[in-house]
Amino acid sequence: MKNIITSSIAMFVILFGFTSCNNSSKSGSKSGALASNIAEKVYVAPGEYDSHYAFLSGGYSGNVTVYGLPSGRMFKEIPVFSQFPTSGYGYSEETKPMLNTSHGFIPWGDAHHPDISQSKGELDGRWVFINENNTPRIARISLTTFETEEIIEVPNSAGNHSSSFVTENTEYVVAGTRFSVPIPQRDMPIKDYKGNFQGALSFISVAPETGNMDIKFQVLMPGFNYDLSHPGRGKSHGWFFFTTYNTEEASTLLEVNASQNDKDFIAAINWKKIEEYVNNGGGKMMPANYAHNVYDEHTHTATSTMKKEVRVVNPIEVPGAVYFIPTPKSPHGCDVDPSGEYIVGNGKLSANLTVHSFTKMLDAIENKKFAGEAYGIPILNFEDVLAGVVEQPGLGPLHTEFDGKGNAYTTFFISSEVVKWKLGTWEVIDRKPTYYSVGHLTIPGGNSGKPQGKYMFAMNKITKDRYLPTGPEMEHSAQLYDISGDKMELLLDFPTHGEPHYAAAMEASIIKEQSQKIYKLADNKHPYAAKSDADTKVVREGKDVHIYLTTIRSHFSPDNIEGVKVGDKVFFHVTNLEQDFDVPHGFAVIGQNNSELLVMPGQTKTSVWEPKQVGVWPFYCTDFCSALHQEMQGYIRVSAADSDTSIKWSLGEDIE
Amino acid sequence: MKKASIIMIIGSLLLLGLFKFPLWNIMLGAPQYPDPLGMNIYIDGIKGVSEFDLQNIDGLNHYIGMKTIPKAEEMWEFSMFPKVIFGMAMLGVIIGLLGYFDKVTYKYFIGWFVLMSILGVLGMYDFNNWLADYGGNLDPHAIIKVTNPDGTPMSYKPPLIGFKKLLNFDVTSLPHKGGYLMFVGMSLTLVAFWLGRKTSLKKIT
Repeated sequence: MKNIITSSIAMFVILFGFTSCNNSSKSGSKSGALASNIAEKVYVAPGEYDSHYAFLSGGYSGNVTVYGLPSGRMFKEIPVFSQFPTSGYGYSEETKPMLNTSHGFIPWGDAHHPDISQSKGELDGRWVFINENNTPRIARISLTTFETEEIIEVPNSAGNHSSSFVTENTEYVVAGTRFSVPIPQRDMPIKDYKGNFQGALSFISVAPETGNMDIKFQVLMPGFNYDLSHPGRGKSHGWFFFTTYNTEEASTLLEVNASQNDKDFIAAINWKKIEEYVNNGGGKMMPANYAHNVYDEHTHTATSTMKKEVRVVNPIEVPGAVYFIPTPKSPHGCDVDPSGEYIVGNGKLSANLTVHSFTKMLDAIENKKFAGEAYGIPILNFEDVLAGVVEQPGLGPLHTEFDGKGNAYTTFFISSEVVKWKLGTWEVIDRKPTYYSVGHLTIPGGNSGKPQGKYMFAMNKITKDRYLPTGPEMEHSAQLYDISGDKMELLLDFPTHGEPHYAAAMEASIIKEQSQKIYKLADNKHPYAAKSDADTKVVREGKDVHIYLTTIRSHFSPDNIEGVKVGDKVFFHVTNLEQDFDVPHGFAVIGQNNSELLVMPGQTKTSVWEPKQVGVWPFYCTDFCSALHQEMQGYIRVSAADSDTSIKWSLGEDIE
Repeated sequence: MKKASIIMIIGSLLLLGLFKFPLWNIMLGAPQYPDPLGMNIYIDGIKGVSEFDLQNIDGLNHYIGMKTIPKAEEMWEFSMFPKVIFGMAMLGVIIGLLGYFDKVTYKYFIGWFVLMSILGVLGMYDFNNWLADYGGNLDPHAIIKVTNPDGTPMSYKPPLIGFKKLLNFDVTSLPHKGGYLMFVGMSLTLVAFWLGRKTSLKKIT
């Protein structure tokens, strides 16, 4: 009995010890108990779903990656501007046209700023747009199939960087040029840049139902560098804002020569006014040559069309359409708050953050308070348009996003941090380090009238010691923060693929419901599709041999093919007959100078094989499709060029 | 007796629900099929619960040598059942009407019920025979052959009613809306009988 009492007391003392320990950690240091709370905030239990989708640009990977938040897990890489041997994108006959340009086939791109389509200022989850910087293009990705459906080349542009941001009803996706160039392109001395080069800002209309893109007009601006842009929204809907640098118009050693002016400009474009001008026949069609590539979900095939003219607009011919707002020191990001009132110019060499007022801008324009003009475009007074300045928030401001609760979050590249500040009072509320040298940041719904301000993630340029080392080359790092409270809270560190320049994110509900499971075989309109085993055949057309091949667990039909000769061009048209979710089949044949194909249920894809050696060569399914995947193989007999072996094929019986 | 006759008519008419709703449903779930595959058995044929379920069930079943799920025209039952059900519903309605106008007694109600029950049992017997053939009559060249501990080939017969584990699949077989409507309808004819009997006994006493 005595023992029991003693041990009970001992237990009580120990329990008390634990309790008081917890109390002290809650009120005091942020270790122990709090750390486990953070783990809970990012823990998505096995089989459960993340609450948000995030679409990260892959930068120099040319593609887009799909992530879940808050877990930071990567779900998919969507091929956009770069060949992708995993699926055969850019290798298959059907998708090669997607990468066609006026410069011919380009296997690689530099993907920058994804933006989700909007309706009434809110993300509607239909498409993601993304720009290619190097060979200017804009792509549209479907958020039902998560595949690239359309790519349009942007003529008269170079370094397609101030792109691809959508207006609040996705009327336009906008693409601005970072490098000004001679328009039209011509042979001329580089030193004659100033006054002769121009920068094209392209307004690409988006068809409301199909999403199909068409360049409505290009505004030919002075030869500055147009760095980033964002649409007006709410009260400023109808306007678009572009940051500029190199208003010095230097053409060499820009790091010095483009950093001389105390202020560069934000160009404010009243696109509604220009649209009206264009609708009334304004502007002029100029000869051009640019590719428009469209992927058809039913033929599973892309077609590339070369367009031969584009409408250009000289801004000084549309009075009241374009103004310059002086903004300190080579501004980079150009961000508009959810109300549309504040335009943040992130002057990357400035110690302060400049915020312009849309209302004040309209007022200055109305009262014609101009400080001068540049190439006929009125320049407003800095002070007249200024809403406020965030004093000394950090070093090297790049990008700002908003939480919809009156706060803004700006990344500082040089001081490696995200700073939270208040719109209107311009006071700094909080700052948190990033690891390291942060570029963009994203708040789900950030570029819209309704940000979903629960999470924010910072995408960094430098990784160094964040993960287990992998030699000199590493994936970049991102950090996820909880921004639901007054202070930001670092939740998670996760690696990203390529170099994400910006990401678009939104709550998962809409997209998750519409995500497609299969392609219906009945809707397959591919000219070389075999929709059943009965349709399979091998057809010789001169040196071309077309094989109508089907796949279903667990065989190819046909799986024995004879009559192919050295020097032939063999087209394997592979149709996946499966109509079951997540049952792709792959295709590869020995010695093909090409990638594999990964064919989704109901889809047809084509791989070209040019056999160079006599023999009997196997092909097989590359996706572990079923219990009998290893049996899913076939043979193709290649005879000498002058042989008389006739075309024959079979499945389940010998070729006689 | 009027009330009993109306219930008789309603009960018989509920059989017609079988023309719109499935009689029976069999669902097949497995680890890699978190959304189970399923077949709805109508009196005039078998349909997939989702668009491609039958195709996918057939696709999986070919491994173990099962025949494909029969099309409506491949089984005489699917042309006979609609006739029988329609005939029984009409017969029930006629008996109910005759009862309403006191041309027949409540005993006809139980007569209808007994006849329907016999037909139902025969139907179930036939259905069970089909399940046994479907699950047990396997292609000798099947890719996967599984035997019972005693060496006999395993049967993949789905349960007539209830749950059964078949290899990696969890198979559940239960009546569906049309079936439940039929049971409710048949029960109502019993109620009609009981009510008719009660009122006629009252008259006598």
